[in-house]
Amino acid sequence: MIQKTAAIVVPDLGDGIVSVQVALWLKKEGERVAAEEDVVEVVTDKASFYVPSPSAGILKRIVVAAGEEAPIGAVLGELE
Amino acid sequence: MVVSGGLIDYARALERQRALVEDVIAGGPDTLFLCEHPAVITLGRRSHEAHLLRPRKDLAAQGVSVISVDRGGDVTLHAPGQMVIYPVVNLKRRGWGLGEYLRKLEQLGVDLLKGFGILATGDDGRRGVWVGKEKVASIGIGVRRWVTYHGMAVNVNNDLGLFRLIRPCGLDVQMTSLGRILGKPVDMAEVRRRIEQQFKDFMMGSSI
Repeated sequence: MIQKTAAIVVPDLGDGIVSVQVALWLKKEGERVAAEEDVVEVVTDKASFYVPSPSAGILKRIVVAAGEEAPIGAVLGELE
Repeated sequence: MVVSGGLIDYARALERQRALVEDVIAGGPDTLFLCEHPAVITLGRRSHEAHLLRPRKDLAAQGVSVISVDRGGDVTLHAPGQMVIYPVVNLKRRGWGLGEYLRKLEQLGVDLLKGFGILATGDDGRRGVWVGKEKVASIGIGVRRWVTYHGMAVNVNNDLGLFRLIRPCGLDVQMTSLGRILGKPVDMAEVRRRIEQQFKDFMMGSSI
């Protein structure tokens, strides 16, 4: 069986915002995630933003850990 | 839609906001939730415990609770006489980015003060609403499924002495209020009416 993977990326948050900090992963590696379910919370200086899962699957790998910075478009984690 | 919460406990108001967020995610109308809170210090996601300037047990003894919440921004304080503005807005539906929304929120504060004859400014770097070097309103928001919650707190008649308990937003700033600038207490109902009107005109167009 071919395993399909999907990336959880930092969404384009609009003008002026170039990077975020990962605040909290709401799921652990190996945990099942529903499509559109909040999976990771990222923050800018004045906003907290829950990133929804792009599809249903299992959180295979956390790429950017809590506390680390990531630019817009960066892959935060991988689903399988 | 406008919801007036009156004086409402912070945790209960947050529950209320979460329910409103669910309604808006499900396609409901954008909603403005206005209220005041009994004295409470909240820590945002980027708050530093060091910005609490008193031990938690001393704060508790003074009747000031401390709550960690899922919003951006550093430590802040709410108290009766401060107007708390929680817009629950679907950004995707409006085509607004986060930065654009934060600026609109700030502008709402600037316009509110202008209505009282006070010249205030926003600040792209520090955010919030400022009169000279003093801060009148603080901003910190949360976003779920592109729907906003938390928002902006405008000091109107609240006891500014309470801000000595914290380092507001992690900055060494002097806080001020409408009441202090005008030299007299300001009618909260009037403030509420003006914010509701501004929200309809400026933030919402005709779709609220």
